Amino acid sequence: MSFMKPICAAAAMAASLSLGLAAPASAKVEGDTIILGSAISLTGKYSTNGIHAQNGYELAVKQINDAGGVMVGGKSYKFKVVYYDDESTPARGAQLAERLIKQDGVKFLLGPYSSGLTKAIAPVTEKYKIPMIEAEGASRSLFTQGYKYLFAVLSTSEQYLASAIALAAEVAEKNGKKASDVRIAMAFENDPFSLDVRAGVVDDAAKFGMQIVIDDKLPRDLSDMSATLTKVKALKPDLLVISGHSKGAATAARQLKEMRIDTPMVAMTHCEAAQVTAKFEGASEGLLCPTQWAETLSYKDGYFGTAAEYDALFKKTFEGYKSVPYQSAQASAAVLVWKDALERADSFDIGKVRDAIAATEMDTFYGKIKFSPQGNNVAKPMVLRQIQGGKYNVVAPSKWASHEAVHPRNPKY
Amino acid sequence: MWDNISLLGIAPLLNVQLLLDGILIGAIFALAAYGLALVWGVTNVKNLAQGDFVIMGGYIAYVFSTLGFHPILALPVAAVLMFGFGWLVYRLIIAHVIGRDLFTSLLATFGLALVIQQVLNLIFGPDVQTAESGFDILFLFGGQVTLAEIKLVSLILAGTLAALIVIFMKTSRMGQAIRATAQNARAAKIMGIDTDQVYAFTFALNAAICGAAGVLISMIWVIQPFFGISYSIRSFVIVTAAGLGNLPGVIIAGLGLGAAEQFSGFVLGAEFQQATVVGLLVLVLIFRQLQMRRHRKVVA
Repeated sequence: MSFMKPICAAAAMAASLSLGLAAPASAKVEGDTIILGSAISLTGKYSTNGIHAQNGYELAVKQINDAGGVMVGGKSYKFKVVYYDDESTPARGAQLAERLIKQDGVKFLLGPYSSGLTKAIAPVTEKYKIPMIEAEGASRSLFTQGYKYLFAVLSTSEQYLASAIALAAEVAEKNGKKASDVRIAMAFENDPFSLDVRAGVVDDAAKFGMQIVIDDKLPRDLSDMSATLTKVKALKPDLLVISGHSKGAATAARQLKEMRIDTPMVAMTHCEAAQVTAKFEGASEGLLCPTQWAETLSYKDGYFGTAAEYDALFKKTFEGYKSVPYQSAQASAAVLVWKDALERADSFDIGKVRDAIAATEMDTFYGKIKFSPQGNNVAKPMVLRQIQGGKYNVVAPSKWASHEAVHPRNPKY
Repeated sequence: MWDNISLLGIAPLLNVQLLLDGILIGAIFALAAYGLALVWGVTNVKNLAQGDFVIMGGYIAYVFSTLGFHPILALPVAAVLMFGFGWLVYRLIIAHVIGRDLFTSLLATFGLALVIQQVLNLIFGPDVQTAESGFDILFLFGGQVTLAEIKLVSLILAGTLAALIVIFMKTSRMGQAIRATAQNARAAKIMGIDTDQVYAFTFALNAAICGAAGVLISMIWVIQPFFGISYSIRSFVIVTAAGLGNLPGVIIAGLGLGAAEQFSGFVLGAEFQQATVVGLLVLVLIFRQLQMRRHRKVVA
């Protein structure tokens, strides 16, 4: 393997050179530029969403810079984000966070993609007391560790399908039944995110006294859930809830059809990511899908305008998007919080900036943002959309609903 | 768990549903496992990239369907393309590790699996994909048991393919050469068989079989660049249970494994569906160990 040595050395040199150009070992502010840093998944299994998030960051940076930048101490600064590719692996993410902070001197961080990566990076930012505003880690467990420097603009995962439970209770009462008559079948992937979603469902089901008749945990490399669905067929629950990332949504949509599952209410996460409306057109009809954000909501702010205007701008800026993923919208929102907090702190002192972030209370195109003492956003609800005629229409919570939920669902198998 | 077992007693048709689902998918497992048995028996290389070959076949079907063709037409194309790919892999990698110890070939094929996964991820991205057959669903027993026609079609195709391979192995010159090499490579060489050529052909044939299995998988389940490992494990379980060069055994073990997965998923919960596969492997190994111990005693 001796021939590898010069190659390695050359690669290392090239890498250090290119890094040197991209991010000179500098402090947080260079001249009139505020440097934000992010380790993000540009390759590997999270790359699709990692790139969505990066696009969201970039769009917000451009929008803020074009609108005059960030005013701190009477001077206008521009944002710039330094990215490193974490290759979708937590260990690499933690290394890169360390490098951003120690080597590059970045003092303000944006989050990575996924709860797993955020979980790996949060201890590093906490150790160096560097604030991180993240937009893509929804796991509830991120906000039970007592972290002081971690803030998240998105709703936490236990809220993802909780609104489906409330909706099921509402429907039961409308039909003259009791909420406690509702029987629930659950199929959740055995990973931290999905189990968090499950915990939220279990809590809310207990609140209404509903009965859980199936509680299956799907394996990580899941590509078949027909055994679970056979049980669903036999037990005829009133509500079926599924969460297993996009593979879970795709598998479920296909097998719901194959097995002609006629459960009147079916809710699942990651409908958009699995492209269920395009791939399983008739079968996906009536599915309830939670989302952090939808372009039809009436949120607005002074940077992007309304949610719909953000949607239009995003599609114009980045080619190839038919609809804007919420992963991008929330990434943009995280950058807006940085601007808002830096301006309110009116200083680059880390302590002051951190306290300003903690005190955030703002309206954005993405929804209201206000952090709990644990750092998660408690001002924005999850919304539930139903696939109606191949379109995603908001049906719950009622304050934001544009359409009535169709019950029982009417799939065309 | 007991609730679920009693449910099977109350509604016996559920057993039919589970059995059908299991056996039909098991046929495809058996196909991939047969390829593994072939390579293992002839070249003594344990191919850890077996499942990744399957996934590659699945992506060929996916590409076909995005181009507007019916994915089932991808079957012969995937077989031919994967045959070529298998040949190339043999010449580039396998030929260099074939005579070495077990560990070298395991490492080499494991490395190959990683490369395939990452390349597929670069090309197609990490999202799950499916190829839609557009076939209908059959209703049996008054709609209580459903059966996707594509699963039946797959069973027929897998069966036909297996039959073709058997005929090929029995009657063709190359098939005979493969069997001769499997029995005794040195003797075969002395008899004038170009064993290197036989090895290359066997490895390529295995890749072609996997490619065909992948096409079927993509129309029944979902594919993703990192799903290969579960098919590799299933193939190993089946081959270990059936033994090398035992085609009926491979078929029975494949169908059995498919059914066992479905029943354990139903009774114990989906979280145990894949644990069952690995659990069965352990049981099979223990059983084989005991069997061999008895054999050793007799010999001694």
